[in-house]
Amino acid sequence: MKILVCVSNVPDTTTKVTFTENNTQFNTAGVQFIINPYDELSLTRGLELTEKLGGTVTTITVGLADTEASIRKALAIGATDAVRINAVPTDAYFVAEQIAAYAKAENFDLIFTGRESIDYNGGQVCGLLAEMLGLPSVNVITSIEVDGSTATMERDIDGGKEKVSANLPLVVSAQKELTEPRIPNMRGIMAARTKPLKVVEPTASELTSAAVGFELPAPKGSVKLISVEEAGSLIGILHNEAKII
Amino acid sequence: MNILVFAEQIDGSFKKSAFEAVSYASQIAQAHNGTVTAVVPGNVADDKLAELAKFGANKIVSIKHDNLNGFNAETYAKVICNTATTEGSNIVVISNTYSGKSVAPRVAARLKAGIASGVISMPNTSAGFVVRRSVFSGKAFADINLTTAVKVLAITPNTFNTLENVQAANIVNVEAGLADADFTTKSVEINRVTGKIPLTEAEIVISGGRGLKGPENWHLVEDLANALGAATACSKPVSDMHWRPHSEHVGQTGITIKPNLYIAIGISGAIQHLAGVSSSKVIVAINKDAEAPFFKAADYGIVGDAFEIMPKIIEAAKAFKAN
Ligand SMILES: Cc1cc2nc3c(=O)[nH]c(=O)nc-3n(C[C@H](O)[C@H](O)[C@H](O)COP(=O)(O)OP(=O)(O)OC[C@H]3O[C@@H](n4cnc5c(N)ncnc54)[C@H](O)[C@@H]3O)c2cc1C
Ligand SMILES: Nc1ncnc2c1ncn2[C@@H]1O[C@H](COP(=O)(O)O)[C@@H](O)[C@H]1O
Repeated sequence: MKILVCVSNVPDTTTKVTFTENNTQFNTAGVQFIINPYDELSLTRGLELTEKLGGTVTTITVGLADTEASIRKALAIGATDAVRINAVPTDAYFVAEQIAAYAKAENFDLIFTGRESIDYNGGQVCGLLAEMLGLPSVNVITSIEVDGSTATMERDIDGGKEKVSANLPLVVSAQKELTEPRIPNMRGIMAARTKPLKVVEPTASELTSAAVGFELPAPKGSVKLISVEEAGSLIGILHNEAKII
Repeated sequence: MNILVFAEQIDGSFKKSAFEAVSYASQIAQAHNGTVTAVVPGNVADDKLAELAKFGANKIVSIKHDNLNGFNAETYAKVICNTATTEGSNIVVISNTYSGKSVAPRVAARLKAGIASGVISMPNTSAGFVVRRSVFSGKAFADINLTTAVKVLAITPNTFNTLENVQAANIVNVEAGLADADFTTKSVEINRVTGKIPLTEAEIVISGGRGLKGPENWHLVEDLANALGAATACSKPVSDMHWRPHSEHVGQTGITIKPNLYIAIGISGAIQHLAGVSSSKVIVAINKDAEAPFFKAADYGIVGDAFEIMPKIIEAAKAFKAN
């Protein structure tokens, strides 16, 4: 079983978001970058599947050399090898095109993406990539089992869950619950240093979108406090003052 | 300008998000002298289809096919794109529900269209074609310029109002043009939670954190939710410890919600939690620690012991409901 896991390199969840260049660039100064949490789930599930069924787990990242700390961490967690497409990931369309160009010749059985990257929250790469490769896709999966050439999954739907089956090859996107993320151990960290990390130059691609500016939400006014004794008055306040119930 | 809307049906009916999408498209059409076509994969009766005309659809393309009754990303993308090509659509509007999220990027790739998802504004065409979306888990907004001829907009549910704008739409039945082999994923079973308000659609959400000490105390959350007709939610550790189901976990790695009212009980207000709830219109925080970060994000706060506070609020809510 040949598995590809898309790994995006994102700001740590505690990052205080600010912008520079007249609010057109995300300010990366002092920001800690991590593997996108959903991609950690994909990677772990990929490893669990290959441990059971045999095979390899390759990670792929579209990014410049500064993403290699996250890539090495993915190798330390257990990935067999890694690919880095040497380009700035301008938008999901570009990322998907680059990954599709690489994956086309590789015949992966299963490709994992995350539900969304926690910085741009697009949730687009799974569907874009699947369509570009002409493969089926199942998004926001909370479980996956593979039996021969068939995958059985559960996915979130509005107001519930759906059990879905599909033949491999297949592209899926990981939702929390898929598994518990693995933490690299010392042996993994040592092994990661010598695991193959292939750097590939990007293919030509046309621009489809561009972020022209960013804005921070307006700060909240200060909180109005209600005393414990008067707690019941909250309901009246929400009705009369906030006019929300 | 020709605008195509994917109107998602579930068991032959439309949800509010479909009407929101048609209303959104209709507003673009009015601003740009355009027309709105709605495409509906799956078997839907004519009287139901006609509901889309109330919100501004000029034409309704019904693609009846038994295998399209359940959602299927690949074949839905095919029929939506075939319709877009036939209709000469410049913009495709899709509601960013779970299904919408899986079909929108496939539509974009098939049409070689730029896509913006999680859109929260009308397009601004004064310089290019710019829409606003929420990024960094609600910590910021980004303005995205779509530079392709055809554009896909996946709009955030519960963000745009449904607006009546009655049109005399004709309903056109179009062949799906699909073979059995096109249905590459099979739905085995669907389990929808019934009798409960889905979290993403709820206008009021009552949420509990680790401060509630254990699942046996959740009646404090549920009683208030029942009195106010609200959905219930929780913080991540609460679902991690299995006090509550995972489907209730809100935040950066859980569900993002934007109800009119969010009441947080015994939740500290960690940045990852706030990421999923900070777009709520009104936030109430109840916490015994006056320094809890939630009070910085809240409109109303009560500093004290939830076990003392909640019975008073529940009583007041029951009295309010009885009136
Ligand atoms: C990558 C990552 C992603 C994460 N994603 C999420 C996410 O999506 N959602 C999420 O919620 N968290 C998330 N977290 C976890 C987050 O950082 C916090 O740990 C979590 O939100 C804390 O949950 P809590 O407020 O319920 O618990 P605690 O932090 O333990 O807070 C409990 C609160 O209850 C108060 N309290 C205690 N007793 C009482 C009482 N009797 N009456 C009133 N108040 C009382 C305390 O003062 C305290 O403020 C994430 C963390 C990481 C690292
Ligand atoms: N630069 C990237 N390199 C590799 N994979 C990516 C990249 N950006 C996004 N992805 C993958 O696509 C998923 C969804 O991202 P997005 O569509 O940007 O929300 C992520 O969880 C990753 O699996």
